[in-house]
Amino acid sequence: MSDSPAAPSRTKASSIKAALASVSPVPGAPKPDAIFVGDSITRSFGGLAAVDVSHLEVQRGSITALIGPNGAGKTTFFNVITGFDPPNTGTWSFEGSSLAGTPAYKVAREGMIRTFQLTKVLNKLSVLENMRLGAQGQTGEGLFRALIPALWRKQEEEITERALGMLEQFNLIHVKDDFAGSLSGGQRKLLEMARAMMSNPSMLMLDEPMAGVNPALTQSLLEHIKELRETGITIFFVEHDMDMVRDISDWVIVMAQGSIIAEGPPADVMRNPAVIDAYLGAHHDVALTESGESLTDTSVSLTKSEES
Amino acid sequence: MDWLTVFQNSLTQMIGVQAIIYCLAALGLNIQFGYTGLLNFGQAGFAAIGAYAIAVTVATLGWPLWLALFFGILGAIIFALLLGIPTLRLRADYLAIVTIAAAEIIRQVARSVSLNDYFGGSDGISGKYAADWYALNPLPVGIDTALIRFSRNDLWVVINGWTLVAVIVLITWLLVRSPWGRVLKSIREDEDAVRSLGKNVYLYKMQALTLGGVIGAFAGVIFAVAAQSVQPDNYATTLTFFAYAVLILGGAARVFGPVVGSMIFWFLLVFVGQALNNAVKAGYISSSILRPDQVGQIQFMLVGLGLMALMIFRPQGIFGDKKELALDER
Amino acid sequence: MPRGFQLMTGSTSEGGRMSNPMATGKVARRQGYRRGIAFALALFAGLLMAIAPAIAADAGLKGTVKDPTSGTGIAGVVITAEGDGFSESATTGADGKWAIALPGEGTYTVSLDTTSLPSGLGLADPERGTTSIDAYSGQIKTILFPLGDGSAPAPDSEAASKWSQIPQLTIDGIIFGIVIALAAVGLSLVFGTTKLTNFAHGELIALGALLTFFFSSIVGLPLVIAIIIAVLASAFIGGWVQNRVLWKQLRMRGTGLIAALVVSIGLGFFLRYFFLFVFGGQTRQFDQFAGQAGIEIGPVLITPKDLIASFVGIILIGLTTYWLLRTKAGKATRAVADNPALASASGIEVEKVISTVWVLGAGLAAFSGVMIGLQSGVSWYMGFQVLLLVFAGTVLGGLGTAFGAIIGSLIVGVLIQLSTLIIPTELKYVGALVVLILILLIRPEGILGRRERIG
Repeated sequence: MSDSPAAPSRTKASSIKAALASVSPVPGAPKPDAIFVGDSITRSFGGLAAVDVSHLEVQRGSITALIGPNGAGKTTFFNVITGFDPPNTGTWSFEGSSLAGTPAYKVAREGMIRTFQLTKVLNKLSVLENMRLGAQGQTGEGLFRALIPALWRKQEEEITERALGMLEQFNLIHVKDDFAGSLSGGQRKLLEMARAMMSNPSMLMLDEPMAGVNPALTQSLLEHIKELRETGITIFFVEHDMDMVRDISDWVIVMAQGSIIAEGPPADVMRNPAVIDAYLGAHHDVALTESGESLTDTSVSLTKSEES
Repeated sequence: MDWLTVFQNSLTQMIGVQAIIYCLAALGLNIQFGYTGLLNFGQAGFAAIGAYAIAVTVATLGWPLWLALFFGILGAIIFALLLGIPTLRLRADYLAIVTIAAAEIIRQVARSVSLNDYFGGSDGISGKYAADWYALNPLPVGIDTALIRFSRNDLWVVINGWTLVAVIVLITWLLVRSPWGRVLKSIREDEDAVRSLGKNVYLYKMQALTLGGVIGAFAGVIFAVAAQSVQPDNYATTLTFFAYAVLILGGAARVFGPVVGSMIFWFLLVFVGQALNNAVKAGYISSSILRPDQVGQIQFMLVGLGLMALMIFRPQGIFGDKKELALDER
Repeated sequence: MPRGFQLMTGSTSEGGRMSNPMATGKVARRQGYRRGIAFALALFAGLLMAIAPAIAADAGLKGTVKDPTSGTGIAGVVITAEGDGFSESATTGADGKWAIALPGEGTYTVSLDTTSLPSGLGLADPERGTTSIDAYSGQIKTILFPLGDGSAPAPDSEAASKWSQIPQLTIDGIIFGIVIALAAVGLSLVFGTTKLTNFAHGELIALGALLTFFFSSIVGLPLVIAIIIAVLASAFIGGWVQNRVLWKQLRMRGTGLIAALVVSIGLGFFLRYFFLFVFGGQTRQFDQFAGQAGIEIGPVLITPKDLIASFVGIILIGLTTYWLLRTKAGKATRAVADNPALASASGIEVEKVISTVWVLGAGLAAFSGVMIGLQSGVSWYMGFQVLLLVFAGTVLGGLGTAFGAIIGSLIVGVLIQLSTLIIPTELKYVGALVVLILILLIRPEGILGRRERIG
């Protein structure tokens, strides 16, 4: 259970594991090659501290999971660092450049592309149009250049080409001309992820990629994420599904009540008493502490109650 | 009862100056509201800027017409920036409140006694300020047939007006099929999604507001040139509401929506008005129920009811396809 | 989940629908409601149609020029009406009366030639020697030029006299603020509970005044009784019935927020011209207390009717505040405004709350209309005229918070009146609207509003 079943062909996966092996599993641990570094990031709503992260680093090229009980501030943290929510305090940098106070669209242009907990595909646009929207640096997106199709037609063809390839990869090619609104929940998650990939991100931030996804699609989603790691993309994701976290993550960061309470490889973290405390409350049944499985059960039921 | 005249008048108005003015106002709203989802309720203000730019520049200052046109466009751009900067980051309904208020500010300032020397108070500014342009009219006579009737000058305005409409329709068509238009439609649906993909939503909204406002200013320009006078109360909220009715009737977020909508709107409005008028005069309707001067009120009531009914039952317009429309999504 | 069932929460502001709480269909009861609604609508239409024949008249302007001290008419005063190529003058007769026939609809400027006045007399307010009026054919408008002793404030004492106006303007502003606040509470509560930005709210103001006019001046009831009946009738027809027949149905259909906003614009437009149709284009005074003299309280001049009406207005606002803060229903209302999904889940009957809010809002708006009617007369257009100021007050205080709306409205009222110290009186509303835009620039969430996520 402690070792995730990484396929031998996945060379990046093993090298990242090796790199992270030397990192001490404590909150705010420094990483050998951090792509994202955040310091004293706080965000409070009406006196209630939703996020209070003193230090956090994300290893380049890794799949890093951000977990924690409901209301731990995970999504708020995502919103803050992607520029969707203003922090009270804090600084953070991505690939060495500071991003605090940067508007959301500029954060995205820096290469931090996010998805949303409630999928934000554009229902009234076709799947292919959704994909095209993801591409960066489009000449035809300028008001005046848009008036002269000759200026952007060639680029549009290249973008379409790339989009079709991506749709092929994500098994969405057969629905390319459908309205995105007609897709199933899982297909929307895939589309949102594929669209984010159109932006050529260096870090892909997924907010609960598994929520509401049909179990039949879960496995293919997981494979996609692992394949993305092989292309050198860093993946930072929020998830409630502990099976998924255990399966694919190289590193797990645990938040509770706005702060980071634990960090480490998935298996270690799930045995950490502080983490189990956070999930079950301080006065849990002692017998439960020994078992990682019970933790999974709890989180699954939490996820369900949230959806209802 | 003279049905032929009723029909002639209705057909004439269907392609007449009023139809052009409201078509232009609605073309602007189509970019703002139809494609981007921006609730601009101050289109009358933009039109007023276009109209007063012509009147003040030519009649008051005595400068040439082309310069007046330039001032009208510049004024509309400045007005759009003034409205957009405080509100485009806020929820959609704030823009609605601010734009309707701003249009009222313009109207009240224009009709104020203290600025009488510049804007002519509630009488506005009249004068032959497009005389040079009318002098360019190569047409020998107007047109007078059983179906339509225009004077020589009106025909000149109508031909030029619809040409302008055609140019703007072409621009709209090019824009909405471009990547730029794709971003607009995406913003209408979910601006956070667009933001997360690295697009500057604020900038696009500002561009849409400005472009739509400039087109709205053209509506005022045509109004001023055709009427050779500008009166502040022609630019009350009614103009904006009519333009919305036109847009929704023809189908928002459809390139030809405003054109179709404006023609149908004016045909129906004039037809209902004239038919009622005739019916009252001929004694088919007792004047104790409806006096001739109340026909206009009935027309306006029908516009209100029509706008409600369209929005509830056919938000996609009479020809629209509901699947393509995102108006009811927000 | 059916489309309309998505509930709005406080934070997800941008892409929402009208909140649609669990509406349990009880067929038998609904049929009862239907009959009640049909009856109410018939009553409403009947009432308003009854006003119409009473006010049919010819087109034109009329008025009487009176000596301010003796009250007798002054002969030989020249009045001129101009507009759209039309110009016509009239000279007052021995009784001080004058009349001008107008060619038709349009905007006319009516002015009094001060040189034709007897010496020693002048306009009470020199700025009001010229007024602009909108004429509608079929009506005769009465235009009054109040006279004074002609000693308009001398230029050198202008500054001093401006300062001495402050108490009067403040009181006027507070009264106007109460008028706005009464209307703003309903607008704000409806927005809070259903997220509807209601552009037809102004017509509730007009409805209250028009019904009062009907019951007092046409039926002939004493004004106080007429006001009570009119406010109750407005609350029922404009609140309960309107919500039932229109807005509740739209919530059940899952109509989008923007679509609902446009519907409210269409409704307001329809109602305004319906009011014009039945009431005519004139501004009319209630028969009773029409020309009441003011009483002096310290440096302030106020008419007893305004004083009493303002007191009642304050009491109504106070009761609303008490209701919101202390009663179970009021707390439920605030809970729904805060988070309808949560409120619904915790057993609050959201639809019932919304219905209550509509009734309360319509009743308060109706009384606001009565206050305007007492001060400056009743017209078909009066609601839309103040609607933008009501929006200004509401946004200033924070859209969706009732307390914010009250405070914001009072500020707007006082600000409008005090602004006349600096800007021309005719532009005082412009000042308020400019402030509205500035507020949005500086503090978009309003004074008492909670900060929402803004992009």
